[in-house]
Amino acid sequence: MDILVQTLADGLVIGAFYSLIALGYTMVFGIIKLLNFAHGDLYMLGAFVGYTLLSVLGGDSSGGGLMGILIVLLLTMVIVGVIGMGIERVAYRPLLLAPRLSILITAIGVSLFLENGSMIVWGAQYQVYPLQLSHDGISLLGAKITYVQIGLVFISALLMLGLHLFINRSLYGKAMRAIALDQTACHLMGIHVHKVIGLTFFIGASLAAGAGTMAGAYYGTVNFMMGFVIGLKAFTAAVLGGIGSIPGAMLGGLLLGMMETAGTFIFGGSWKDVVAFSLLIMILVLKPTGIMGEKVTERM
Amino acid sequence: MNPSRKKIAVVLLLAVACVLPFLSNNYWLDVATLALFYVVLAQGLNVVVGFAGLLDLGYAAFFAVGAYTTGILMTVYQWSFWLTLPVAMVFAAIVGVIIGAPTLRLRSDYLAIVTLGFGEIIRILAINLTITGSASGIYGIPRPSIGGYVLGGQIDFYYLNLIIAVLAVVAVKRLGTSRIGRAWMYIREDEDAAEAMGINRINMKLLAYSIGAVIGSLAGSVFAVKMSAIAPLSFSFTQSIMILLAVVLGGLGSIPGVVLGAVLVIALPELLRSVEDWRYLIFGAALVAMMLFRPQGLWPARYEMKRGARRSKTEEATEGGSGNDVKLDNEKCNA
Repeated sequence: MDILVQTLADGLVIGAFYSLIALGYTMVFGIIKLLNFAHGDLYMLGAFVGYTLLSVLGGDSSGGGLMGILIVLLLTMVIVGVIGMGIERVAYRPLLLAPRLSILITAIGVSLFLENGSMIVWGAQYQVYPLQLSHDGISLLGAKITYVQIGLVFISALLMLGLHLFINRSLYGKAMRAIALDQTACHLMGIHVHKVIGLTFFIGASLAAGAGTMAGAYYGTVNFMMGFVIGLKAFTAAVLGGIGSIPGAMLGGLLLGMMETAGTFIFGGSWKDVVAFSLLIMILVLKPTGIMGEKVTERM
Repeated sequence: MNPSRKKIAVVLLLAVACVLPFLSNNYWLDVATLALFYVVLAQGLNVVVGFAGLLDLGYAAFFAVGAYTTGILMTVYQWSFWLTLPVAMVFAAIVGVIIGAPTLRLRSDYLAIVTLGFGEIIRILAINLTITGSASGIYGIPRPSIGGYVLGGQIDFYYLNLIIAVLAVVAVKRLGTSRIGRAWMYIREDEDAAEAMGINRINMKLLAYSIGAVIGSLAGSVFAVKMSAIAPLSFSFTQSIMILLAVVLGGLGSIPGVVLGAVLVIALPELLRSVEDWRYLIFGAALVAMMLFRPQGLWPARYEMKRGARRSKTEEATEGGSGNDVKLDNEKCNA
């Protein structure tokens, strides 16, 4: 029983990160039908920007209090969000009408660029996050759950709630949903399509960056390759939930996190990634629409 | 270029390739051998991505299948190298079908992700299984021999690679202009129209996958005996991306372009040694820049018309250019 609860709790934290990244995938996919391969690297960039900000602003390891950490988190999200917008402007916008293969290859190029750019700026070795989080926690049904875990899941939930309200209640959210349905008609209706797409990239990138900073603090180390595998897994989460669906991405991330933790427990740590990727392939083969998504096959 | 001049150019190039070992030092000979590996791999991927338009991001998996099949058969079962080749090829073709069959119904971008996932799974399998020697890989793979002569030296492998590269180029070129090649390109340009014309798109795509896999595994088998030690690190995602880069840089579907791309992908890092850390950054930027400014590649494919067709017609048939926009718009609407 305690092992089960522990697995679920650990899985929930990882799942929350997956959800935040998967949201970016699913939003970008929903609006311009692009699989943004570079999305995982925005998560990595978020971790590094947070690392630099903490080193410059905080300094002392006890942390400038919770407020300071939250301010760093918000700053990181804005900075990486702007970078995400820049990537869309430079690399993707000119290719919106090009064949799909071109824009996919461009996305791979952007990913290579971000990874190796970060390696040059921050170095190839693992960097230790300048933040010591306490390991205090509460005991629940025999499992130990730290306050940090609770806090991370709480912040993630808050971000997702905010996004949900933004998409469903605001005018820009309405515009995003409209563009996902019919881009040409939106042009004709006077919606500034490019601006809204840019905004989508901003939101997606900043959510990934938020996850990156939190993951950096949670795991304690960051590396320039950390975005690659997690990007793939977040994509798996997005597909599991049904790509294009925002609640689907949230659900898919949490489910994948828990399944992966359970899989690691059963098969051992070295098979962790195989569990996630096999799951991805199985979903795509058996139920490509995911739990709550749109059609993904070319034709049935 | 008219046909006879083209022939002369090819013969000259081959002559240079043949005498290269006597002109260069060991270092550049090694680079040239590696470049020939990439020529073979890139031509194999060219069939999949260039001809059939299926983006495969896990191509190094087939390279790994070839290398590991040969490595295991030669070290554990003491097979002769030449006997492992057909086994590795058949095995790779089967893996290609297994990977391809369930995924080919998916949209192209999903296909890309799934192939990436498969590539990673194969690599992780190689790291975790004992038969593949775990993370340290397989070492002590014997050298192949012909009659009594053991292929041991650098020059031997250079010529072996050269022969295989020429075979691969000829095979892919002939495939490209064959009935099958035309079917692939038709599928790439418009699947629905191709199907309406009676092309079985699933079979054709599977065939493209398998042929790509066979060519990749051939390169892998030779790689195993050339290096005499293989490790999972050689078959990473970066490897797949470098092969893809060779194809994209040279020109999707273009035979001479892909050869040029493969040589560039290997030669440029050697020339850029002084800025080692920057080279993948430069490659990433190059991929983006190519797609933005010259999506047809450095040496674009020209779809040959019958000899004697008017020049203007050939130019119309050339890929890229302003005429594309209308077609691309259509594609977008279908998406």
